[in-house]
Amino acid sequence: MAQLDIRGLVARYNDTTVLDGIDLAIDRGEIVSLIGPSGSGKSTLLRVISGLLRPVKGTVSLAGETIDYGDRRSLRRARNRLAIVFQQYNLFGNMNVLRNVMVTPVTIKKRDRREVEAEARTLLEKVGLGDKLNAYPDELSGGQQQRVAIARALCLKPEILLLDEVTSALDPERVGEVLDTIKLLAAEHMTLLIVSHEMAFVRDVSHRVAFMAEGTIQELGTPEQIFDAPRIARTRTFVSRILGHRTAA
Amino acid sequence: MLAFIAAEIPRLFTIYNVILLAKAAVTTLSLSAVGCVVGLLCGTLLTLARMSRRRSLWPLKALAFLYIEIMRRIPFLVTLMTFYFGAQVLGFNFSPLEIAFVSTSVISTAFVAEIVRTGLQAVKASQIEAAEVMNFSVWQSFWLVRLPQAWPIILPPVFGYFVLFIKDTALASQAGVLELTQAAKILNTKGFSASLVYATVLLLYFVISYPLARLGGHLEKRLGTARHSRSRRTV
Ligand SMILES: Nc1ncnc2c1ncn2[C@@H]1O[C@H](COP(=O)(O)OP(=O)(O)O)[C@@H](O)[C@H]1O
Ligand SMILES: [Mg+2]
Repeated sequence: MAQLDIRGLVARYNDTTVLDGIDLAIDRGEIVSLIGPSGSGKSTLLRVISGLLRPVKGTVSLAGETIDYGDRRSLRRARNRLAIVFQQYNLFGNMNVLRNVMVTPVTIKKRDRREVEAEARTLLEKVGLGDKLNAYPDELSGGQQQRVAIARALCLKPEILLLDEVTSALDPERVGEVLDTIKLLAAEHMTLLIVSHEMAFVRDVSHRVAFMAEGTIQELGTPEQIFDAPRIARTRTFVSRILGHRTAA
Repeated sequence: MLAFIAAEIPRLFTIYNVILLAKAAVTTLSLSAVGCVVGLLCGTLLTLARMSRRRSLWPLKALAFLYIEIMRRIPFLVTLMTFYFGAQVLGFNFSPLEIAFVSTSVISTAFVAEIVRTGLQAVKASQIEAAEVMNFSVWQSFWLVRLPQAWPIILPPVFGYFVLFIKDTALASQAGVLELTQAAKILNTKGFSASLVYATVLLLYFVISYPLARLGGHLEKRLGTARHSRSRRTV
């Protein structure tokens, strides 16, 4: 049974169809990356999964349980099992780094404060921010905020982690650190759905890669297939353009 | 003329008159202060009703909207007189001071509600969404995320309104409330020269308002640079 099972998902913003029939099944411990041009609906897919945008059609199931997005209890259960790192990090501006990481486990999940604090400190140490515990988000660089956001998501101990372009706002020398953190996760058999433009990284960590365009998954396959032998021309064009761009840069 | 006024000064500042002026000053200040505190509480509630996404609350939302839009456009004096004579007609036995407290509260609720709304809306939707996906309840995200980020934006204009409103409370003298302007009238009737009495009261208004305005400015500067009010994005 798939850990995350998406079937026939359709979503709209007002009258624009942004997701147009997405099917994707991800196994426990599997790492799937979403690539595709901007505006193709990658972020929207993560928003629908996490219940920020109600799908108009289709289903999302977590470990066999279909999420009823209209039912608060069902949505609550689902949100307890997943975490999302937003493209814009969305750290709480009124809380320092440590509190950003601790607030949900302690205040919402009612876990033991000391235990959570120990974990939070370890996680922040791991992402290289052990000396920034008392800093506020607006005192940090984009890359540092990104890593706090990752630590915050990890401290929720999610079964599934959704990552939206976690490296796009980083300084080049920071990208490696964040990717290393994610690779560490990958080693812990967490299920990961990653949106990324970092092709080398995608290729390195993903079990499967999905190429999205215009609200649908155009091609799904192993990294080798997608990058070396794409079946459709569109994937090839996209991949070669991105890779070309990266090597040129 | 000036010598005449100067000679009058010791006569004016008898203990009795000083107490009268002090009491009046306290009334003036508290009319504005009570208005603002009540305004902050009721204004926040009104705003919450107005911003609520619950469909079933629509009559409340409509009411809140009408209240805010109408009350901000009625002169304070008209509200005051409406309450004053309305209470008489309905047979309530409220003192002018009570009527004045109610009127200032009613008016400032509408104004402060608007300030509160602007402040709450300045908090990015993405902040609320982040709370939502981590299973914060509506109230938890309000108390833990939205309000702490909104109050530094809300407080300075509320304070500014409070200082401005001090002047408007002079109108309460029309209903016979013993605040500063009324005290001036009384002293004037007692035979003290109008220029001396009103100059004194003018000075008192200034003495009350100026430090408060300075404090407000200070508050604004401090909160304006406080991290809570900003959530700068580096993309
Ligand atoms: N809040 C929104 N309201 C209306 N349209 C939106 C909104 N967010 C995204 N869109 C549109 O949905 C499409 C997909 O966006 P998105 O999922 O962010 O793409 P990606 O993450 O792949 O770049 C785009 O055409 C975008 O303009
Ligand atoms: Mg996106």
